Amino acid sequence: MPASYFDVDGTLVATNLLHPTLFYLANQKTPLHSLSRIASALVRGPSLLAAEVWDRRLFNEALFSLYAGMTEDRLLVLADEAFDNVLRRSLFVESKALVARCREQGDVVLVSGALDFLMTRLAAHLGATGVIANKLEIKDGVATGRIVRPVVAGPEKARLIREHAAAHGHDLKDCFAYSDSYSDVPMLSVVGHPAVVNPDLRLGRLAKSYGWPVLALTPS
Amino acid sequence: MTHPLVVTLDKKSAPRTIFAGDKLVEVSMPAGTRVIYPRPPLEPLKDVDAAIRYAIQHPENSDPLHAKLRPGMKVVIAIDDVSVPLPSMRRPDVRERVLTIVLQMLADYGVEDVEMIIATSVHRRMTAAEVRHIVGDKIFEAYWPKRLYNHDAEDPKGMKEVGTTEQGEVVELNRKAVESDLVIYVAVNFVPMSGGHKSVTVGLCGYKSLLAHHNPKTMRDCWSYMDPESGKSALATSVNRMGKITNANLNVFTIETTVNNRMFDRSLEWLGKNEDDLSSTERAAQKALTYTLSRVPQAARQAIFQRVPAPYGVTGVFAGETEAAHVKTMARAYEQLLVPIRGQADILVTGIPFISPYNVNSFLNPLLVQVMAQGYLFNLYRGAPMVKKGGTLIFTHPCTDQFDEEHHAPYIEFVHKLLPETRDAMELHKRYERKFASNPAYIQMYRTGNAYHPAHPFFMWYWGEAGRQHLGRVIAVGADNEYIPKLLGYETARTMGEALDMARETAPPSPEITMLHTAPMFMADVTV
Repeated sequence: MPASYFDVDGTLVATNLLHPTLFYLANQKTPLHSLSRIASALVRGPSLLAAEVWDRRLFNEALFSLYAGMTEDRLLVLADEAFDNVLRRSLFVESKALVARCREQGDVVLVSGALDFLMTRLAAHLGATGVIANKLEIKDGVATGRIVRPVVAGPEKARLIREHAAAHGHDLKDCFAYSDSYSDVPMLSVVGHPAVVNPDLRLGRLAKSYGWPVLALTPS
Repeated sequence: MTHPLVVTLDKKSAPRTIFAGDKLVEVSMPAGTRVIYPRPPLEPLKDVDAAIRYAIQHPENSDPLHAKLRPGMKVVIAIDDVSVPLPSMRRPDVRERVLTIVLQMLADYGVEDVEMIIATSVHRRMTAAEVRHIVGDKIFEAYWPKRLYNHDAEDPKGMKEVGTTEQGEVVELNRKAVESDLVIYVAVNFVPMSGGHKSVTVGLCGYKSLLAHHNPKTMRDCWSYMDPESGKSALATSVNRMGKITNANLNVFTIETTVNNRMFDRSLEWLGKNEDDLSSTERAAQKALTYTLSRVPQAARQAIFQRVPAPYGVTGVFAGETEAAHVKTMARAYEQLLVPIRGQADILVTGIPFISPYNVNSFLNPLLVQVMAQGYLFNLYRGAPMVKKGGTLIFTHPCTDQFDEEHHAPYIEFVHKLLPETRDAMELHKRYERKFASNPAYIQMYRTGNAYHPAHPFFMWYWGEAGRQHLGRVIAVGADNEYIPKLLGYETARTMGEALDMARETAPPSPEITMLHTAPMFMADVTV
């Protein structure tokens, strides 16, 4: 039975990794704490931007360092609210129907650089069966700001998909993958049926060359 | 004695000018070649609106439309999609004229719950601009998109089974139509295979129902797709069986219209004339257009032919019960299309034009070239095929490896991934079709984009099946590559002379050569 592997940001939802992070930064214990964390994030803005341009993995690591010092309890308590206010509102109109159609084919796995506790909520909402996502390292109930290895980004996504497929008995040539970003070309390339969703310029060009299906999903 | 539209060439005959995609080419044919020309356009109706009113007030085997109406009822109007006529019709499209009169009548009788569905089946969704073109500004503004929309054969809640034939053919149709009190179907009958039961039973159905007849076995069992009345078309027989189930469960009122074959404006009418009879002005126009088309880029050529609507004239309006109305429609359609031919050819030659029902506003891709060669043009006969069993078909077309990435997205994978595996339609049907047709990405593109359903490329390949089984060889003249013709199972030749020499090698001595001079459209009425 084939599986469908979905990138999330830009593919199923119109948001990116920054949006839920900003939600967490803005919802700290006190307004002062929030202000201080947002100010610190702004200071690191240029380095985040540079990391995004340079390497998606570096960007993920830099971004999630902003979570350092947040307690696990707080992260989880706010997760439902973050999901409702950020992710659910930003789902593309057709995302749920597309995932439902993919479920008729077999498993649906979200493969995202976003944080696991948000992705499990999104998976439950969409009816997806699995999640491959980044995990924050927690020590003594507090986030260290580091990501548990391996970092889910770029070519690593392709390796994790191979691993998942092998573990679950999926033949990759029968599997599907969906993404919006050129950085996910490795992930799209390992399956037999790649498709692109609202692709960036470079991915759009590549999809055209290879005759991959190009889906235009609508922001809600 | 031969018909005046069947011209036998002699040594002094001028070269023939035929289509090669969106270009025109001059080809010299040997003396003795029979060239079949289309009939001149039939005289159009003088008052189309009056004809529409008369037809719905005096329908065939049915109460008049007004007698079926009552206040508060639910009415669905289903409308033929953009695939007919070709090219699209100059405004007002005949569908707009029918709809204007019907909607006024519905309003007069207090019928307010009206929805209009473009009966696309698994064709691509029509764009808003295309819908506006066929229904007109006033109706479009009032109804689009909530009460005027495209059929969606993949909407999980939008389809409903209404029955199954004794042969196990499942009739599943658009739920809105099934649950309405009256379905009015507005059709444009461009070729004899359209209209009749095909309108509702295919136009509003889904993949489950199409499986019954859009398969290689049914297509192989068709004597001619374009001769549904003969009882020799397994496709028409299956659709008619299913149509009877449809009409037993739905209250259907059919309005069919026929148009003449005025595909081109008067300035291009010479395209359908004998080259030896052209005036000096027409000959100059022919040279000028041929030269221009050979020089301008492809996009411009496509625009020249596809963006200019055709000045079709309406030749008939027939309404009422599906089968009874369709008998009248067919008679009128044949009046325009049929050209009597005596005897079959050993070698059939044709140009393939720029358009098919499946590439309106897009490029005629390689799979559609196959549809035109072995599907449409091969099947344009009644009585017997124009070419003998095992004979050769020669066509002119560049067979360019080009696709519209949106409209024909699933075609690309079909041609480049599946055809290299096998050309055997039965194998494609058994091994690949179901899986390919359920690819969620392609289904999404069909449902919310403007792509054909992923089952469609398979159907297109099956379209060529009767021709594939009948013809011995197919030779493409002027292909710009070797790969595509080979993939489609064709030989290639650089010139018509070379193709004819190749064909003669496997033909009897002094072979009978027949050329189809299309477009405009015609159909051969062949007696053997």
